[in-house]
Amino acid sequence: MKRFMGIINLGENESKIKEITYNRPIASVPIGGRYRVIDFTLSNMVNAGIQNVAIFTQGKNRSLMGHLGSAKPWDLNRKYEGLFVINPVLEPEDTIIRKGDIESFKNNIDYIQGSKQEYVLLTKSYMLYNMDFKKAFNYHIDSSSDITLIYKRVDNKDNRFIGCDNLTTDKFNNLKSIGYNMGNDEFSNISLETYILRKDLLIDIIKDTVSKGDSKYLKQAIYNRMDKLKVDTFPFNGYLACINSIENYYNTSMDLLDEKKYKDLFYENGLIYTKIKDEPSTKYSSSSNISNSLVANGCIIEGRVENSIIARGVTVKKGAVIKNSILMQKSLVSENAYLENIILDKKVIVSEGKILSGNHNKPFVIKKNTFL
Amino acid sequence: MIKRKKEMIAMLLAGGQGSRLKSLTKRLAKPAVPFGGKYRIIDFALSNCSNSDIYTVGVLTQYHPLLLNNHIGIGSPWDLDRRDGGVSILPPFVREEGGRWYKGTANAIYENIEFIENYNPEYLLVLSGDHIYKMDYQELLEYHKEKGADVTISVIEVPWEETNRFGIMNTNDDFSIYEFEEKPKNAKNNLASMGIYIFDWKKLKNYLIEDEKDEFSSNDFGKNIIPKMLNDNLKLYAYTFKGYWKDVGTIKSLWEANMDLIKDNPLDLYSKEWKIYSKNPISPPHYISREGKVKNSLLNEGCIIHGDVKNSVLSPGVYIGENSKVIDSVIMPNVKIKDHSIIKRAIITSDITIDSGSIIGKENSEITVISE
Repeated sequence: MKRFMGIINLGENESKIKEITYNRPIASVPIGGRYRVIDFTLSNMVNAGIQNVAIFTQGKNRSLMGHLGSAKPWDLNRKYEGLFVINPVLEPEDTIIRKGDIESFKNNIDYIQGSKQEYVLLTKSYMLYNMDFKKAFNYHIDSSSDITLIYKRVDNKDNRFIGCDNLTTDKFNNLKSIGYNMGNDEFSNISLETYILRKDLLIDIIKDTVSKGDSKYLKQAIYNRMDKLKVDTFPFNGYLACINSIENYYNTSMDLLDEKKYKDLFYENGLIYTKIKDEPSTKYSSSSNISNSLVANGCIIEGRVENSIIARGVTVKKGAVIKNSILMQKSLVSENAYLENIILDKKVIVSEGKILSGNHNKPFVIKKNTFL
Repeated sequence: MIKRKKEMIAMLLAGGQGSRLKSLTKRLAKPAVPFGGKYRIIDFALSNCSNSDIYTVGVLTQYHPLLLNNHIGIGSPWDLDRRDGGVSILPPFVREEGGRWYKGTANAIYENIEFIENYNPEYLLVLSGDHIYKMDYQELLEYHKEKGADVTISVIEVPWEETNRFGIMNTNDDFSIYEFEEKPKNAKNNLASMGIYIFDWKKLKNYLIEDEKDEFSSNDFGKNIIPKMLNDNLKLYAYTFKGYWKDVGTIKSLWEANMDLIKDNPLDLYSKEWKIYSKNPISPPHYISREGKVKNSLLNEGCIIHGDVKNSVLSPGVYIGENSKVIDSVIMPNVKIKDHSIIKRAIITSDITIDSGSIIGKENSEITVISE
């Protein structure tokens, strides 16, 4: 699929997931024991043969840059093309970065124009799924539509997709309108915010929007022009998760303890790549007691772990109990501590005998580098 | 042109079949045998080089090199992908006068004199790719310089009753070597050679050339070169290594070395100062189901455990079915053990599927090996 380039737009709403996005964008939130949110989108693109990917950031991206490095894990460390990270430009007279993402697209329109691909796959990072984009590409190329928008039909009963874009289509699957999912219908067609369109069209939309000044956001700019364009939709049927709130982050993590969802997300249409850490095997001692959990490499488990996600390099000492919790990279839980419904951000140290308990519906988050 | 100069480069002997490992080395060289969950045996020597700031390493291959070639690649896992030097795989090759296999350890170095001369080194470090240990080769070099030695051989104290299994160095009080005895019946000393040598390159080169002219020589360091050097009164010193070192040349010793990793052992794979690097698999964290039990074991990414794992080492991608038990065993990458099976004191090699209801191995017996 050398005819496609990828653009990942990180202008994402962090208002409901602030606890773990103080110093990182959603894109680099650790998830699934060894990944960052953006790994899924990047891997889907690479698995579909895309070799030219741009990430438009919104600042706060030291953690993201550290994660991406030279883009080698995604095989995007290419002589020609590969991965481009595009940061917002801060002019000397600006005291704050201007609101909206359209500015950054405008400033970098020469990069988009200069890329040799005819088509663009434009997406975000906060939707987690493992999809074969090639099928959607072929569908788009064969159709006469201007834009193909990927969606999934979801059940609203567990409120996982509140606040996502909700698509209404006609009987030919063409888009009629886009709304805000309130969760009041039994089912919704949730937009994956993944658009396939000709590069020329994207450039036209950006230029037109900047000259008219009718929107500060690319998404809004596209939506404003929907009535003039033929917008088709393409269904995705695999496992989909949306990381736009702490509750969704927690529930998605717990979903991975379901073997079917685990295989769907990690293996179904290709592998998910991430930064390599060279961690040794995880060591379980004779006092360990583990059940229904996901554990990454480099951990030393001496205590009890139940229904939890344990990231790379975590230590759980003897007598400690971890239940329904998420432990990010390199956290340490000392002897006889008790954790239930807790999210430990990276490098948290929980001292001996400490008891921490959150609510099942609202897990308690401990900030990065905290000593408790 | 400025002639490049490296103080010391390493030559790693990795062409051995390891025939005492029997079916384990049917399709791969001994250094490529999986070890300790996520490693291959050669990773230890390669990581030691990298951690000792030796970034020019020639790897001599001969027997079944494909897997080894693939594993080493351009050396990036060990940070050996260098602009100047780095890792070079050196198989036997054809010259004007014809081609030939490496006849012995010394001949393998002889055949690559040209490669070594390219770097114009002062010292040559000769290693074997089939031992498990962590060692700072710079300390060995310091010792070599301090002693003003022509050759320094790293040795380790072995129990007196096992001296008949090793090449023993008989030393004077100042650790100068006066005699080398291969597997002596009545040992005079208990310092065994670890197969790690530092040579003054210019001197060694002359001996290699001389040795090559002797048609009755087996072209081996232990049998020919070292005795000849001793005979000529060259300065040979023994460097006593303190720490964990294991020759994994037999099924039993390979199994034991794996089991050593489960115990508290001096080979700390979790220390950040001296990491052991390997090619990392692209797999999610391992998953242990509600029914799964893990005690006193090492697990790796991509494993799925529904059964019972005790005192065992599992490589990446191992599947253990329901009601299956794995005890005192070493399971190599991507092995699938279906339901209701019992594995005891066994080594199961890569990619094998064990059918439901299988019973493999027995307590208090020899190690059972299952290979294709």
